Amino acid sequence: MKKLLILGGGTGGTIMANKMRHELEREEWEITVVDKEKTHFYQPGFLFLPFGHYKKQDVVKPKNNFIPNGVNFIVQLIDRIEPENNQVVLADGVVLRYDYLIIATGTRIVPEETPGLTGPLWKKSIFDFYTPEGAIALANFFKTWQGGELVLNIADMPIKCPVAPLEFVFFADAFFVERGLRNKVNISYVTPMSGAFTKPRAAKVLGALLEEKNIHIIPDFYLERIDTEGKKLVSYDEREVPFDVLITIPVHKGDEVIESSGLGDDMGFVKADKHTLQSVDYKNVFVIGDAGNFPTSKAGSVVHFQADILTENLLCAIESRPYTASYDGHSNCYIETGFGKGALIDFNYDTEPLPGLFPLPGIGPFGLLQETRMNHYGKLLFRWIYWHILLKGKEMPIDTKMTMAGKKL
Amino acid sequence: MSQKVFAGTTVDVNEEGYMTDSTQWTKEIAKEIATEENIDLTDKHLAVCEFLRDKQSKGENITIRSVGNSGIIDIKGFYQLFPGAPMKKAAKIAGIPKPASCV
Ligand SMILES: Cc1cc2nc3c(=O)[nH]c(=O)nc-3n(C[C@H](O)[C@H](O)[C@H](O)COP(=O)(O)OP(=O)(O)OC[C@H]3O[C@@H](n4cnc5c(N)ncnc54)[C@H](O)[C@@H]3O)c2cc1C
Repeated sequence: MKKLLILGGGTGGTIMANKMRHELEREEWEITVVDKEKTHFYQPGFLFLPFGHYKKQDVVKPKNNFIPNGVNFIVQLIDRIEPENNQVVLADGVVLRYDYLIIATGTRIVPEETPGLTGPLWKKSIFDFYTPEGAIALANFFKTWQGGELVLNIADMPIKCPVAPLEFVFFADAFFVERGLRNKVNISYVTPMSGAFTKPRAAKVLGALLEEKNIHIIPDFYLERIDTEGKKLVSYDEREVPFDVLITIPVHKGDEVIESSGLGDDMGFVKADKHTLQSVDYKNVFVIGDAGNFPTSKAGSVVHFQADILTENLLCAIESRPYTASYDGHSNCYIETGFGKGALIDFNYDTEPLPGLFPLPGIGPFGLLQETRMNHYGKLLFRWIYWHILLKGKEMPIDTKMTMAGKKL
Repeated sequence: MSQKVFAGTTVDVNEEGYMTDSTQWTKEIAKEIATEENIDLTDKHLAVCEFLRDKQSKGENITIRSVGNSGIIDIKGFYQLFPGAPMKKAAKIAGIPKPASCV
C-alpha cells in the first residue's frame, strides 16, 4: 500500500482528506490524518463570541464527523517531521511512513513573544479573540464593563484573517451603541500597517468606514512591549498608547514542529512554492493553508481555493506528470461592518481588492468593496457552507482562479 | 512607470519611488536614495539591505521581525538606522519592492 499522510485535520487537512479519498484508489492508497485535537473549531465564528452573537457550541463539532470513510484519523501531537527518511514521529513514539506528505498544521498565536502581554493583565484587561478561551473570557468581561479606552492592537503581520480585527472594532462600535454606552467607550485601532488595509483601494474604503464610526486609527505602530503598570502599549520607536481594555492580535507563528524539523522560515512557516504549493526543499512534501509562507491572506477561502490546485498537482506528482495547476493567490473575505451590514473583498497575488459585483457580473448578489445587507447574510450563511460543503471538499459556485469579470478598475 | 537617475545611472521606479528592477541596484545608487531619505548610509545599513535583497530574491516574506531575527541588528536598532518607517525606507534603499507580505 502507498501512503498519503496529512498533518493537521483543520480546514485544509480535512478538505484534502475528502478530496484525495475521492481521487485515489482504496486498494492502492492508504490515507491518514493526524491532529492533536478531537474538536474542529469554526474559527471565523470566534469573532462572534465576545459579543454574544454565538455561543461556544455554535463553533465546535467533532472532527470525526468530517473525516471520510476509508481515512485513518489519529488524535496525537506530532513531534517531528523527518523528510529525509519520509517519516513523521508522533509524541507517543509512533512512526508514520509516507510516500507523500501534506502539511496543514496552520498557524498559532504566540503572545509570549511580546513582553508584558501575558503578564498580570492577561485575561483581566488584555484579551485575545483568536482562541475560543480568549473570546469567551472577553464576552464575560464585556458583560459588566462600563466603558473607557478600548484599544485593538495587531502586534505583527501576517495574521489569520487580516480583516477580522477590523470586523471586531466594527462589531464593538455597534455593540456599545446598542447598549447605550458608546459615548463612554473610545475605540482605537492600532496597527503596524500604514492604514486600515495594505492594498490602497480597500484601505481607503475601510479607512473611511472607521472614520464614519468614530474609530481612531493609529497606523505604523510596531509593538515592542506592554507597560503593565502604566497600562500602555509601547512601540519600538517609543510611542505609547494607553488602554483600559486591550484586544490583542498577538504575533503569529507556524507550529513548533515546523521549526524543529527545519522546514520553516524564521517564523516557522513552511517554505513552499506559491504557485505549485510544493515544499521548496522536498519533492514529495506539499503545503496548504496557514502553515505555508504564501504571500496571500491566511484565510479559509485561500485554503478552499488551494485545495483544488493541490488535488490536481498531487495527482500530477503521483503520476509523474508536469504540474498542470497554478495557484494565483485568490482570496475572498466577507467583512462584517456592524448593524446587519457587511462588505466583501476578492483579490489575488497581482490584483488588489476592487469594487464591483460578485460572483455574477452585473447581478451579484454580493457587492465588492461596499457595505450591503446581503454581504452580512453571506457571512452568516458561510458557517453552514463551511460545515456542510467546504470541509467535505464539495464543489462551490465560485471559481478557484480570481476573475476580473464584475470588477471595476 | 517612470525613471530616475541615481549616481549617473538611470533606473526604473514606481510612483512611490521604489525601484522596479532590483538588478539595476548598486551600492552607489543605495547611497543616493538614502540621502533623499535623510540617511547617511553606513555598512550596517548596507548589511540590512543585502539581507533584504537576499530574502526578496528567494521569494521569502520580509518583515521587521525577520530583520530582528537576522543576527545583523535587533528591531530597536533597525528603527534607529531607518527612523520612522524602517521597513519601507530600508526596502526603498535596498532597491526592492515595498514589502507586501502583510496582506
Ligand atoms: C477570529 C478568526 C476569524 C476568521 N475569519 C475568517 C473569515 O471570515 N473567512 C475566512 O476565510 N477565514 C477566516 N479565518 C481564518 C481561517 O479559520 C483559517 O485560515 C483556516 O482555518 C486555516 O486552515 P488550516 O487548515 O491552514 O489551519 P487550521 O484549520 O487552523 O488547522 C490546523 C490544524 O493542525 C493541528 N495541528 C497543528 N500543529 C499540530 C501538531 N504539532 N500536532 C498535531 N496537530 C497539530 C491543529 O490542531 C489544527 O486542527 C478566521 C480565523 C480566526 C482566528
